[in-house]
Formats: sequence, C-alpha cells, structure tokens
Amino acid sequence: MTAERFPVEAGHIMMFARAVGDDSPEYHDPDDPATIAAGGIVAPPTFVQAGAQFDPDYFLRPKNGEPWLGSGAEASGVERKSSGGGGNGLHAEQHFTYHRPLRAGMVLHATTRDGETWEKHSERSGTLKFSESITEFRDDDGELIVTARGVGVKTEKVVS
Amino acid sequence: MAAPTWRASQISVGERAELTVVENLTRTRIVQYAGASGDYNPIHTDERFATEAVGYPSVFAHGMLTMGLTGTALTSLVGIGRLTEFGSRFAAQVWPGDTLTGVFEVTELTADGDGQLAQIEITVTNQDGRKVLTGSATARLDD
Repeated sequence: MTAERFPVEAGHIMMFARAVGDDSPEYHDPDDPATIAAGGIVAPPTFVQAGAQFDPDYFLRPKNGEPWLGSGAEASGVERKSSGGGGNGLHAEQHFTYHRPLRAGMVLHATTRDGETWEKHSERSGTLKFSESITEFRDDDGELIVTARGVGVKTEKVVS
Repeated sequence: MAAPTWRASQISVGERAELTVVENLTRTRIVQYAGASGDYNPIHTDERFATEAVGYPSVFAHGMLTMGLTGTALTSLVGIGRLTEFGSRFAAQVWPGDTLTGVFEVTELTADGDGQLAQIEITVTNQDGRKVLTGSATARLDD
C-alpha cells in the first residue's frame, strides 16, 4: 500500500466499525462519556487496512476507463491468468503492532517495503508462494503509529 | 463500549472466553466491508465472478473481515485502545451463512512499569468446527 496521505476521518471510522460489527460509541459518538474518556474518536484495531482507499493505484478498486476484473456482460471483464482473487492470490496472514493510539483527525503516511518470500507444497493446492510486505503508518510528525505486516499467498489451484 | 470484561486485578493465566464472532454471515456484510475497507476484489462481492470465472462455490469473506470481526470480540474483552499487538493467520475461507465462534485465552501475564500485559491466543472456528483463523494479541489491561 502506498497511501502517501491517508486522512483518518470520523465518518470513515464509523463505516468501518459498522462493517466489523462494532457499535461502540468510541467509534462514532464524540459526545459519549466513553469517547471523551478515550480522548475522542479512535479507530478499530484493523482500520489501517482501509488506507487502500487513499492509495491512488490500489488494484482492487475499479477505475474509470479501465477494464474491471468483476462481472458485467461476462463473468469477468478481463482475461484471467491465475487463480484466486484479484489475480494476486489470497491473504494468508496479517499482523499489526500498535505504537500510539490512532485517532480521527490524524493524517497517516504509509510506506511499504517487501519482506521475505518462501514456498510450500500442499496436495490440496499445489505449490504455494508466500510473500511478505511491511507497511509503516506514520503521522504528520513522522511518529510511528501502526506497523502492519501482511503475508500473501499465490496458489496453483483454486482452494476451497 | 461496555466496560471491558477482563481486568488485570481479576484474571489469571488460563482465563478463557468464548464469543460469537459473527452469526450467519451475510453477503451484504461482505459488501459493507468491501466499501469501508476499499478492497473491492470481486472474489468477495461478485457471485458470478467467483463461481463462473474462478470456480469457487460462492463468494467468500475477506480475511480482513474475519480479522476485523474477531477484533470486535477481542476489544470487548480487553477494552478499546488496549492492544499493543494483534495478528492473524487465515486458516480456511469463511463463506456466506457461516457462524463463527472465537475462543480467547490468556496464556501469559507480565508486568512492566505501566501495568499488566496479557498475551492472548485466539482460535476462530466455523459451525462445522473447522478453524478459520488462528491468532494472537497482546493487550495492556485495565486495572
């Protein structure tokens, strides 16, 4: 993810919290005593994943004037070369380290670097190719807020 | 949120909680997560693409939706803003209609200058008893 500027907005936090089934007032009601005690609206633990919204090139978002993977007149709008979703396989692992509270009103700056890669063999899915990426989310002052480490896997066969 | 269930003064290693992570997962919730997160991969939201173009039996949840729902259960135990680490392995796919149960267990309690840190092991299974997510977390517990 390369979201150079990821504004953490209260409305976005509310929508994200709803999607993960969390009605806690700390995620949507600035006047609730619990939110005041928390120092204002804060973000749920996996919220930085939504930084994809602010990555201009994020490949899993339809873009104007470009063919889209999903169905329209046909089952897919593009010719598919590999199994799995988005042509990029599946999400195998995700880890977050929380350095400081993530609050509405902050602006994050994400930088991603590649981590390790490795392979495994499985009868069910053939050769599995794993690759790791590490994203650091920093605030306007350059302070580290959250570190995210994701592992993706590409499979030879469709897995279910 | 309601007061966290786990407080440092009241729990010990081996403390365990079993919580419903999601009941009868709907396709609409998957769509809701796609919109909120920005991950519009049609494998999760587009039944025709998932079945005809790729060959899955149906769409399935984003791993990050399962992790997000698990995070909701986890923070109901430890409180909001208490986590220092949270990690997940996605062990199997989660399908529409699944009901997921999370088991959260305190495996270690350590004290530092700022209070008690709890190490928590997480296992989420579906209605057939199949593990869909295994994970761990570290939380700074309220007194």
